[in-house]
Amino acid sequence: MTTPKPVLTVEHLTIRFGGLLAIDDLSFEARTGDITALIGPNGAGKTTAFNCITGFYKPDTGRMSFHHPSGETHLLERMDGFRIARAGVVRSFQNIRLFPAMSVAENLMVAQHVALQRASIFSIAGFLRLPSYLKAEREAHDKARYWLAQTGLENDADTLAGSLPYGSQRRLEIARAMCADPSLLCLDEPAAGLNPSESLALNALLKKIRDEHKISILLIEHDMSVVMQISDRIHVLEQGRLIASGTPDEIRANPDVIRAYLGVEDHDELAMVSGGQV
Amino acid sequence: MALHTTRPDVPALLRDAGLAGFVAALLAFPLLGFELNASAQGITLNYRLLWIVYAAAIVFAGRLGISLALFYLAPQIASLIPKSGGLFARLSPHATRYSVGVIMIVLALALPWAGADRNLVDKATLILIYIMLGWGLNIVVGLAGLLDLGYVAFYAVGAYSYAILSTTFGLSFWICLPLAGLLAGAFGIALGFPVLRLRGDYLAIVTLGFGEIIREIIINWQVVTGGPNGIGGIARPSFFGLEMLPVATEGHTTFSDFFNIPFSPDQRVIFLYYLILMLALATNFFTLRIRQLPIGRAWEALREDEIACRSLGLNPTMVKLSAFAIGATFAGFAGSFFAARQNFISPESFTFIESAIILAIVVLGGMGSQIGIVLAAILLVGLPEWFRDLAEFRMVAFGAAMVLIMIWRPQGLLSHREPTLRLGSGGSP
Ligand SMILES: Nc1ncnc2c1ncn2[C@@H]1O[C@H](COP(=O)(O)OP(=O)(O)OP(=O)(O)O)[C@@H](O)[C@H]1O
Ligand SMILES: [Mg+2]
Repeated sequence: MTTPKPVLTVEHLTIRFGGLLAIDDLSFEARTGDITALIGPNGAGKTTAFNCITGFYKPDTGRMSFHHPSGETHLLERMDGFRIARAGVVRSFQNIRLFPAMSVAENLMVAQHVALQRASIFSIAGFLRLPSYLKAEREAHDKARYWLAQTGLENDADTLAGSLPYGSQRRLEIARAMCADPSLLCLDEPAAGLNPSESLALNALLKKIRDEHKISILLIEHDMSVVMQISDRIHVLEQGRLIASGTPDEIRANPDVIRAYLGVEDHDELAMVSGGQV
Repeated sequence: MALHTTRPDVPALLRDAGLAGFVAALLAFPLLGFELNASAQGITLNYRLLWIVYAAAIVFAGRLGISLALFYLAPQIASLIPKSGGLFARLSPHATRYSVGVIMIVLALALPWAGADRNLVDKATLILIYIMLGWGLNIVVGLAGLLDLGYVAFYAVGAYSYAILSTTFGLSFWICLPLAGLLAGAFGIALGFPVLRLRGDYLAIVTLGFGEIIREIIINWQVVTGGPNGIGGIARPSFFGLEMLPVATEGHTTFSDFFNIPFSPDQRVIFLYYLILMLALATNFFTLRIRQLPIGRAWEALREDEIACRSLGLNPTMVKLSAFAIGATFAGFAGSFFAARQNFISPESFTFIESAIILAIVVLGGMGSQIGIVLAAILLVGLPEWFRDLAEFRMVAFGAAMVLIMIWRPQGLLSHREPTLRLGSGGSP
């Protein structure tokens, strides 16, 4: 049996901010078709790793290769952020970044900019409303409607994104990222601030994205009820270093992880990690 | 929802009707507020302030009546058409906006024939130049969110392009118009490159400097631009090849000869008025349409969040440059019209205060509202012209009016943003 290439390979990633070594020789893989979680205490460097992968920070050293399902390989450390997104690595943000004064539907249309812009042929076909452009536009509307329905926002299509409640904004960020046609979806704490029932719905959505849409997911998450239930593999970061990798069960049982996460070796708190309370 | 309450929200309706009355007063002011009297002593101006009051009162009462009628009739209509309540509520702002736009265009088309004198048409032409500039700058500031304090530079580039091409190469207005637009657009890109990384205050400072640099170049590059003396004898635009002159230049025909009517300078004034009206409306049409295209949405998205744009594959460089280039192109068109109308241009017409006024029009109009920009241009350009009687207090009154408006409506006169599409309940934009 041949294992498919990992969708993302990070090797010896290091980045420094002044004297602070935010990421220290980090290497890990995200397998194609998996939900890969990146966890770790506050300030461990998870978001920084995301920022490197998606081109917002340039790492000091290290290699990050993205293997598109089509077989192409992209060396992410050499690419601009927007080119990385076009290649198929699309992210969400820990502190939500929507287009607040635009409607929900418009947010989803902006996410399809690259395809629509191509169809509009330097805006000329679009300006003249040629059938080819109108067809692309209809398809974009359909895709937006589909992801609105998937994220439970079908009744909010024409609301301003900024006036949505917090939980809906989080879901809109996922819908928007999906409209951008990713092969690897990177989500930075998508469950932050969600109530338990919203978290459950998120689990189902992420599983659906993985299983039905065959999209690999890289997930940063503090909410253990999400991480432990849906992740295929987990990588644990502490102070910029990788301290453990494995399946949820392996991570649960790993004493280093428990120490890193809780600062103490205590079986009650181990139970908390396993039980999904943290 | 209003449909389920039995009593109308009277204060809200009154406020709404008041706003409509106010808009009517604004429109009536230039259209109805004056009467020219030619007498032995010369021309005197009669103010017909009562007429303005009448117009405002009629619109106020009409609007209130329509609102009340709609309020009481809406349930009946709703019961006739299933689920039309939401549709009704959703359609009306768009429909209102649309009808206001149509009424304004009809009024503008009728202006030269509705007994307006040459002077008024001339002032309306000036206002239309600023409306066009406001609509052009709105692309950069209102849509793309790039604070540009040097917009007048592109206006100057357009004006000088036409002036130079026309006086040295004898090219006609209609050939120079697109060239001037292209040149101004190229300058827009030239400004865009160095400021790509800048936003907000820093961008404002650099664009301010750019405007001054262009003006300095014009003043000092004497051989080409005529320096502080400017360029005179710029050819007037022709009407499909017919000249708007008392006597034709060799090889041409004049408008009056062709149509066999006596020559009158009014013809040229009215022609120029319609020309700028068409140019301005083209700008408006362009903006309304491009807003619904990917590039227009990208501009607005860039204004909202540049980082999110990048994360979705938008190239911020291209988005910004296209906004600068297209905004500048419209300024270039307006500039070449200005040169053609004035016959003479000098650097004095392109000082920072022009940029400031255009920006004030966009901000006062409500950042992105096309109709708001029209109202703001009438207020900011029209009123000071008509308030010349106040002499040295004119600018004080102008400043005070602006301060009051910004206190009253900090978001601008009309700040409503119409979404570029509707996906709910299967509607189309
Ligand atoms: N642009 C920056 N400049 C300086 N320091 C930074 C920068 N970005 C991140 N850091 C630092 O790098 C470290 C890692 O931060 P990071 O945001 O990656 O943590 P995190 O694992 O995402 O934490 P959290 O769970 O709180 O989101 C922190 O100490 C942070 O202060
Ligand atoms: Mg983080």
